Amino acid sequence: MDSVGNIIVYFAVAILLLVFSIMAVTAKKILRAATYLLFVLIGTAIFYFQMGYQFLGAVQIAVYAGGIMVLFVFAILLTNKPNEKDQAGNSHRKLWGFLVSATSFVLLLFALFYMPLIHGYSLVECLSASNMITMHDIGVAFTGGEKFQYLLPFEAISVLLLACIIGGVTIARKD
Amino acid sequence: MDLSMLWYLVPSVLMFVCGIYGFMTRKNLIAILISLELMLNSADLNFVIFNRYLYPGSMEGMVFTLFAIALAAAETAVAIAIIINIYRAVGNTDINEVKQMRF
Repeated sequence: MDSVGNIIVYFAVAILLLVFSIMAVTAKKILRAATYLLFVLIGTAIFYFQMGYQFLGAVQIAVYAGGIMVLFVFAILLTNKPNEKDQAGNSHRKLWGFLVSATSFVLLLFALFYMPLIHGYSLVECLSASNMITMHDIGVAFTGGEKFQYLLPFEAISVLLLACIIGGVTIARKD
Repeated sequence: MDLSMLWYLVPSVLMFVCGIYGFMTRKNLIAILISLELMLNSADLNFVIFNRYLYPGSMEGMVFTLFAIALAAAETAVAIAIIINIYRAVGNTDINEVKQMRF
């Protein structure tokens, strides 16, 4: 049995996610689409907090809602004239998009409802105190080489980000 | 009333489907990238949901999502560099105008 507050927060965030993800893919102005995407990312972060992953929610807000959105806004302002509208695709294309997304929606819902264990647990049962992840656990997991520890991928990500910086500068440089 | 796994998976599915729709109908390259981020975000959410409900004592789904967020940042940065380059060469960011790989 979950608390009423949890359920209210769940419904508020679920409606926010639904409305803003639809608006993000249908908004005419591209800058507005980016803003709606920002709201979707923040709603996802609230879900992470609700499920007890505080560190992950903080990372989501800092990296996604902070860093990636700034990149998007920069790119939009560099490549679009203000107030320029994305010309709506022709109706043929919209029909195809609608068909494909509706079909995948129905298929995914079927898959969900037939999945075993899906009605099994409540959030409160899974959130017992022994299951909470502390910063100490995360630090140990990211700095060790044993089983279930991730030093090598962590270092690989740092090399990838360096390569990405160099690649981004090389590609976008004026010459 | 219990908040079971299904309750969190349904918004994730909706986000993914919106991403598919935008990916197929948008013409601006940055709008397509925004739809891609929606799909990636719903996949991240799924990792976390399955971790919390099916393996509540471990943290592998969370670690995977952390790496996925870092990868998404890298991918977005490179994609935006490419889009800016296309804008310099073609003059706009419409996918119908991009017909050749090098200029």
